[in-house]
Amino acid sequence: MKQHVELRNHPIELYKFRMRLAISAGFVLVLFLLLYVRFYYLQIIQQEHYHTLAEANRISIAPLVPYRGLISDRNGRVLAQNYSAYTLEVVPSKIQDLETTLNELATIIEITPADRQRFNKLLKENKRFKSLPIRNRLTDVEIATFATNRYRFPGIEIKAQVYRQYPEKEMVSHVIGYISRINDQDLEQLENSGELHNYRGSHHIGKIGIEQSYEKQLHGVTGFEEVETDAAGRSIRVLSRTPPTPGNNLILTLDIGLQEVAEIAFSDRRGALVALDPNNGEVLAFVSKPGYDNNLFIGGIDQENWNLLNNSIDRPLNNRALRGVYPPGSTFKPFMALAALELGKRTPEYSMSDPGYFSLPGVSRRYRDWKPGGHGRVDLHKSLVVSCDTYYYSLANDLGIDNIHNFISQFGLGSKTGIDIGGEASGLLPSSAWKMRQHKQKWYAGDTISVSIGQGYNLTTPLQLAFATMIIANNGKAYLPHLVKQIQNSQTGEVQDIPAKLLYSLNLKPKNLEVVKNALVDVTRPGGTAAKAGANADYTFAGKTGTSQVIAIKQGERYNEKLINERHRDHAMFIAYAPAEDPKIALAILVENTGTGGSTAAPIARQVFDYFLLGKLPEIDLAHLIEPIKNHAHDHL
Amino acid sequence: MIEVRKIWHYLTRYVDSFLLAGILILMSIGLIVLYSATGGNVTRVGNQAINILVALVIMWLVANIPLQQILRLAFPMYMLGLILLISVALFGEINNGARRWLNIGVTRIQPSELMKIAIPLMMAWYFDKYEIALRLRDYFGATILLLLPVLLILRQPDLGTALLIAASGFYVLFLAGLSWRIIVGLVTAAAASLPILWSVMHDYQRQRIMTLFDPTQDPLGAGYHTIQSSIAIGSGGVVGKGWQNGTQTQLDFLPEQSTDFIFAVFSEEFGLIGNTVLLLLYLLVIGRCIAITANASTQFTRLISGSITLTFCTYIFVNIGMVSGILPIVGVPLPLISYGGTSMVTMLLGFGILMSVQTHPKLIKT
Repeated sequence: MKQHVELRNHPIELYKFRMRLAISAGFVLVLFLLLYVRFYYLQIIQQEHYHTLAEANRISIAPLVPYRGLISDRNGRVLAQNYSAYTLEVVPSKIQDLETTLNELATIIEITPADRQRFNKLLKENKRFKSLPIRNRLTDVEIATFATNRYRFPGIEIKAQVYRQYPEKEMVSHVIGYISRINDQDLEQLENSGELHNYRGSHHIGKIGIEQSYEKQLHGVTGFEEVETDAAGRSIRVLSRTPPTPGNNLILTLDIGLQEVAEIAFSDRRGALVALDPNNGEVLAFVSKPGYDNNLFIGGIDQENWNLLNNSIDRPLNNRALRGVYPPGSTFKPFMALAALELGKRTPEYSMSDPGYFSLPGVSRRYRDWKPGGHGRVDLHKSLVVSCDTYYYSLANDLGIDNIHNFISQFGLGSKTGIDIGGEASGLLPSSAWKMRQHKQKWYAGDTISVSIGQGYNLTTPLQLAFATMIIANNGKAYLPHLVKQIQNSQTGEVQDIPAKLLYSLNLKPKNLEVVKNALVDVTRPGGTAAKAGANADYTFAGKTGTSQVIAIKQGERYNEKLINERHRDHAMFIAYAPAEDPKIALAILVENTGTGGSTAAPIARQVFDYFLLGKLPEIDLAHLIEPIKNHAHDHL
Repeated sequence: MIEVRKIWHYLTRYVDSFLLAGILILMSIGLIVLYSATGGNVTRVGNQAINILVALVIMWLVANIPLQQILRLAFPMYMLGLILLISVALFGEINNGARRWLNIGVTRIQPSELMKIAIPLMMAWYFDKYEIALRLRDYFGATILLLLPVLLILRQPDLGTALLIAASGFYVLFLAGLSWRIIVGLVTAAAASLPILWSVMHDYQRQRIMTLFDPTQDPLGAGYHTIQSSIAIGSGGVVGKGWQNGTQTQLDFLPEQSTDFIFAVFSEEFGLIGNTVLLLLYLLVIGRCIAITANASTQFTRLISGSITLTFCTYIFVNIGMVSGILPIVGVPLPLISYGGTSMVTMLLGFGILMSVQTHPKLIKT
């Protein structure tokens, strides 16, 4: 039907359509003619006028890059600073034969193949009129040599440049992070946040760590200079100037002395340590071993060093304190003990007999205690002091996974703490809902048993453990862990304090807390698992050891450290705070592949506490290393 | 040999070689100008080459789809575009005071771009359906189809895109035979409503129009673009300053020289002779498009090809007009030349439809 009608009308329709199309085409021609008239006007009639204007187009706007803010520790020791140095820069458009000129230049000033490579890369990315660096950080001798030969090299100039430097290198690289050249991704981000205009002229931007998370504070405001140039783009004189505003200085909560002591205590072992002030959440020490020299990244890291860092079996680029996830091992037990008391599943007086293993009712599988034969009669206090596993196996079965999850998640295990540097891992505190979501499987009673001693699905970061320890130490106050203590206006010197932020308070019964905390003190006393580390301390010292399994031990097999590949050995864990009656410091320590917490991790805590509370330096003679701290203090503030 | 010939046949079966040649020449000119505009930045030229390849593949795919299939896409595409536009109005990201982008998790999209193709498709489909009896109320219905998205885009606010999309819809109305009396009436009404439009415009939009009449009023602000691009074009003279020798371009006086203002770079370096060649090339492509449109067999194919062709002309005129200072500055790229993936894909998608119209067997003989 429709076809029939269409066919009938078609010739008329088509004729009308073609008429309209012709009219449109005519209209388009008229518009194009209009454009052509405009070209004729601009390019022939007014050509002279515009030619003059183009020649006179001599005012260009040059950005003035602000100084980046300094970063120092709480005592004023500088951790990131700027220094001026001279670079040799080339304007490619002013040089006839670039290759020959550069070869000639290489005869008087050392230019490495890496320099040439970097220069060629810049050459591809930039306009020929731009001034590009060929050599950085000229020595005085090199400056003098070039100055006397300058006439031979038109188009090559010495320029002053500001560089970033990290004096402490490996020791704080995981906190400070680094700046590096702005890439396309950064540009896009800047454009989207509307900050691109402030980065005209800036070559670097914070990529990781404090340098990244406080980029806005550190960068400052770019200034501008109106420059008169000649027709070839050379500047002749400055017409007006809006000076840049330097970035703000950051004063960190870190105590570099403490950080250094911790570093020394680790010696060459791998691991992490996070120490918090339980009264406000300030991060006192933040160690991830091994570190890396963050200075390498500033100018763009070369392939050789990158491979060295990236392929190292020790994984120095991995921020273990922030991003490393480990089963918490027995350091999980104090939180389990609190759950038992708070939820009324155990009383402090209740005791059980430990035969050295636990079995679920009606199941033959035995969950073994770490001590063959068991610990005899065990109550809650003893279960923490000797770290009895069997006690927690049976407790876990009574609590159930979801009670454990709901109670312990209040201590921040298994979720990000919200610390003020990016990239934090969230870890995992398992629940039955999680397992259903993740593995499409129901939760088995056996799963709960291994969770109770901090193994199984449990994963926490050292930072989370420190956060949780802080909450026990201060009786339930969850302060946001933070690394920046103050922000200083670099022009007026005005200092703005970053206040402590109380995230929430847990309502824990003082009686229950006391039971657990007393037991933690006894851990470091004779009979406890960290007795050796606690011996003869001049302050009361509470802690809990832990061992974090790297590989699973099969039913019926025994863990034998000597027979296992070093990288598969257990991690040592330790959480602690001191002084126990009025905690000034709370920490978590992880030492990779070294066995039990009591033997390797706890002694580190002891050294850190001795320094922090008593000012005592580690026993080996390191006085000459620590000395400069005092001289440095207040140098830069 | 036979195999090669087979493959060649398969590849070129639905491609209009005349149109393709014109497009390829224009895009090559684009790459050459881009190289100069970016100061020899190989990475950006490479990126644009990739954009071009992607767009060509899309064009080829579309050209291979018979029009019945494309016809079927009209309604879903239009609805999708409308839903996305409403989502932008509700949850879009605010950027420089305008709400144009929608974050869909993996990437951000600008739904108004989709509408550039969806509107002419939808309206052509609409008229194709009601072909038997085109009454005034059918035009009225079509106008509503057009106004919904246009008003949504106007609200973002994105005056330039709204006007261009309104134009592409108007071309369908015009080609479908909207009576002259109504057209005259509309034009009169539009002229009469100019003062009202002026009063609801945003400040920056008013400023752009004011600047058009006297760019020197605001030489470092809104007038800067127009002044610098006029200097670039004018100083190019008859023969131009030569490739990579334009001072306006190379000394960075020209703004947005690889995207919206790339014509000024071309004009400064190749002069009036270059402009003549470029306009002639565009006219050749347009001529071919008009020929395809005139020979299209159904109402739907005629309307869609006509609208695509006229929209292409509009882009060229508006872009060159703004760069040479006779139109206000709206963010419109120069088709086939400006740097950018999205506009390249939208353009070639349109050409793909035209090729499909030309190369697939005509369904109804006239």
